[in-house]
Amino acid sequence: MNRYLIKRLLISIPTLIAISAVIFTVLALAPGDPLGEFATNPSLTAEVRENIRKSLGLDLPIYIRYFKWVGAFLQGDMGYSFNSRSPVSELIIQRLPATLFVVGSAYIVGVLVAFPLGIVSAIKRYSIIDQITTTLGLIWFSLPTFFTGLLVILLFSVQLKWLPSMYDSTLEVRDWASFGAMVKQCILPVGVLGLYQAARLMRFIRASVLEQLNQEYVRTAYAKGLSGMRVIFRHVLRNALIPVVTLVALDVPGVFTGALVTEQVFRVPGIGALLIDSIYRSDTPVVMGITFIYAILIVLFNLVADILYSLLDPRVEY
Amino acid sequence: MRQGSKSILLLAIVPIISWLSACAPQSPKPPATEQKELRLLYWQAPTILNPHLSNGYKDFEAARITLEPLASFDKNGEMVLFLAAEKPTLENGGLAADATSVTWKLKQGVKWSDGKPFTAADVVFTYEFVTNKDVAANSVGVYENIAKVEAVDDYTVKITFKEPNPAWFLPFTGAEGMILPRHQFEQYQGAKAREAPGNLIPVGTGPYRVVEFKPGDTAVYERNPEFREVANLGFDRLLLKGGGDSTSAARSVLQTGEADYAFNLQIEPQVLQQMQTGGKGKIITSFGPLVERIDINHSDPNHTTPEGERSNVKFPHPFLTDKKVRQALNFAIDRQTIVSQLYGDTGKPTANFLVAPAAYNSPNTSYEFNPQKAAALLDEAGWKDTNNNGIRDKNGVEMKLVFQTSVNPVRQKTQQIIKQSLKTVGIEVELKTIDASIFFSSDPANPDTIARFSADLELYTTGNNSPEPGDYMKTYTCQEIAQKSNNWSGQNFARYCNPTYDALWQKSQTELDPKKREQLFIQMNDMLVKDVEVIPLVNRADAIALNSSIIGLDLTPWDRNTWNIKDWQRQN
Repeated sequence: MNRYLIKRLLISIPTLIAISAVIFTVLALAPGDPLGEFATNPSLTAEVRENIRKSLGLDLPIYIRYFKWVGAFLQGDMGYSFNSRSPVSELIIQRLPATLFVVGSAYIVGVLVAFPLGIVSAIKRYSIIDQITTTLGLIWFSLPTFFTGLLVILLFSVQLKWLPSMYDSTLEVRDWASFGAMVKQCILPVGVLGLYQAARLMRFIRASVLEQLNQEYVRTAYAKGLSGMRVIFRHVLRNALIPVVTLVALDVPGVFTGALVTEQVFRVPGIGALLIDSIYRSDTPVVMGITFIYAILIVLFNLVADILYSLLDPRVEY
Repeated sequence: MRQGSKSILLLAIVPIISWLSACAPQSPKPPATEQKELRLLYWQAPTILNPHLSNGYKDFEAARITLEPLASFDKNGEMVLFLAAEKPTLENGGLAADATSVTWKLKQGVKWSDGKPFTAADVVFTYEFVTNKDVAANSVGVYENIAKVEAVDDYTVKITFKEPNPAWFLPFTGAEGMILPRHQFEQYQGAKAREAPGNLIPVGTGPYRVVEFKPGDTAVYERNPEFREVANLGFDRLLLKGGGDSTSAARSVLQTGEADYAFNLQIEPQVLQQMQTGGKGKIITSFGPLVERIDINHSDPNHTTPEGERSNVKFPHPFLTDKKVRQALNFAIDRQTIVSQLYGDTGKPTANFLVAPAAYNSPNTSYEFNPQKAAALLDEAGWKDTNNNGIRDKNGVEMKLVFQTSVNPVRQKTQQIIKQSLKTVGIEVELKTIDASIFFSSDPANPDTIARFSADLELYTTGNNSPEPGDYMKTYTCQEIAQKSNNWSGQNFARYCNPTYDALWQKSQTELDPKKREQLFIQMNDMLVKDVEVIPLVNRADAIALNSSIIGLDLTPWDRNTWNIKDWQRQN
């Protein structure tokens, strides 16, 4: 087990180096520059433009910029944003709470909805409940969140005026009134994201449970005279949820990096919104910082998922 | 059972921990009593509050709430004083007779929001900060022809120019002239400028002070207790929220009323009209210097030099250098239709290249949509359809044009209208659309930029950003031609070169009589327009959405919209 762990950790180093090199090159070669908005401004002379590019370090060849970036990153420095001229790490830390809160809550909602529904619809296969949940699940899963987001804004904010369409990050929970405001502003983004996650997870759980129901050990359990509930909870779920654990573990990086478009739609100042804005503004250091952290988290949680697997399933050995 | 519950427990723990950690950091804040709050919504979110280091106008808007210049200009181009006590004139001795120096008297008793006094030293420091090459400020252009800036005493600043400067009123005025507090930035001169905490929370002399700023997200302002007219301010707190897109920003003001103000709306008129029926707010337009225009390539984009350069001045365009052909293009374009269908109240058809201030808007020009005249001119110039393929030709050259612009719904529709019109007079147009981040990029390696101009026509917007049009008119001088030799950093994309025009521009740079200068600029405009060296189409307005209860806005094209935020009030 330990040898396996060390081996996996060692493999992840070249993986991350390769990922960083690819992202960096792609970003450096991508067209667009941070001065785009001033392109036709007659008072910005050619020398001023050149000087600003130089101060941002854009005059150096790509490979030198890459090595400088790697050197700084190893010391925990992700560079400075082209746009706000403040450290990338500070920007990310500023955005982390909103993302963790909104996307995290959405994930919890998703899990809470998906588990019971997925299990019930598997057990009561082809019943009305199953038909309804799978159909709704398919629809919600197929519609992109930026579309459902707009839809619920038009319905609940513009037409019914029940809920705000904007997320206010300066709101602090001090009393019941502000708590109510917090809940209200979370309903739409958390609902949209949570139901999307729920639809995805539910389909997976349903399939996973269904797969187990026909196994011989289930029939044996029933033959022993165990009640339906006991069979499901003691025997079926234990086996059915193993792949689900892997899936959930792989989703955790997403909770940290946020929901790209949905955050933008609801103006949630999370990491996803920061990434999109930075891409629009050609703010390469920020894009690089976020994508690379995402890469690290993915590599890490892949490993976590594999280890969890071996803990949960004694048949798996490394 | 044990293992099964463990897995469920694990599932639950990870999200719960992250959820809890999000709740933890909460800093105490004064209780929210019934505060008068103004909610500003910027779909392009401000990312820095030091305007001199910014990369876009959105930052100027947010910084202008707290930082002030010496003076600024209202919509008529008249000077309005902020930190200056009086307008320098020849009579009061502020302005030297030969315009080689200007002396500003500053208001006395002005304090920064942290209580430190504002003095001439801050003005001198701002000059040193902006012109320091390692700071790499964007606003340095205005300060380049200054020899020295000195503090005569605590409340007098003398600016000496390298040579007589008719545009003496530009340094330290308008949005590019915001004065920085020396005591906050002194430690951060040079390359360290980006570390200055004042970039994010600047101390200012303006009506409201920044108390919290999250780049790209929110800025919170409170009354500046040191402000000169603090008792008259309309609000206790400003909440500036950023992010999203233009349409949803307009919706938040006009339909849901969640915000009071949204800026720089780029939305089709029909959609805006429909949103206004929401009844919460209104659209306000402000016409400034911005002109949507078609640049005509005077060089040949299809001729490639041995070095691989297209649109080189040495190879003139095969037919766009013919004045009759250009005039025909001008007659064939239907400005009125473009405006009424695509711009609505946010645009006016124009024939002029220079439209603001009003005094500079030439009365001598006009436009006309007349396809017959266009056809006749082309016939006259020898362009006829000899091979009956519907396209005019001459000496075996078919009259085909490549017309490029950035990706933008309004621009694509404009392109379509123009393509149709030109087709009826026998000119074939191939449309090309380029992503805005590429089209407006200054990357010399990309062939699709506005400056490389690898096409015959290109559509975009610009204008003079101060009431002094010298820099703007300079973009049609020969020395500004964008070429490989200058890494395409020149601003003369059309590659137009006319010594008469250059001479007029040179004259305007030394002419001190304002009336005569006005005439010189109008003459330059008329030269470009009458010879159709450029085709101005639409004078574009800046459109904002505003809650119906907010009063006191006085928009000017020469400063940011928030310039007079001290006068904004909520009417009940």
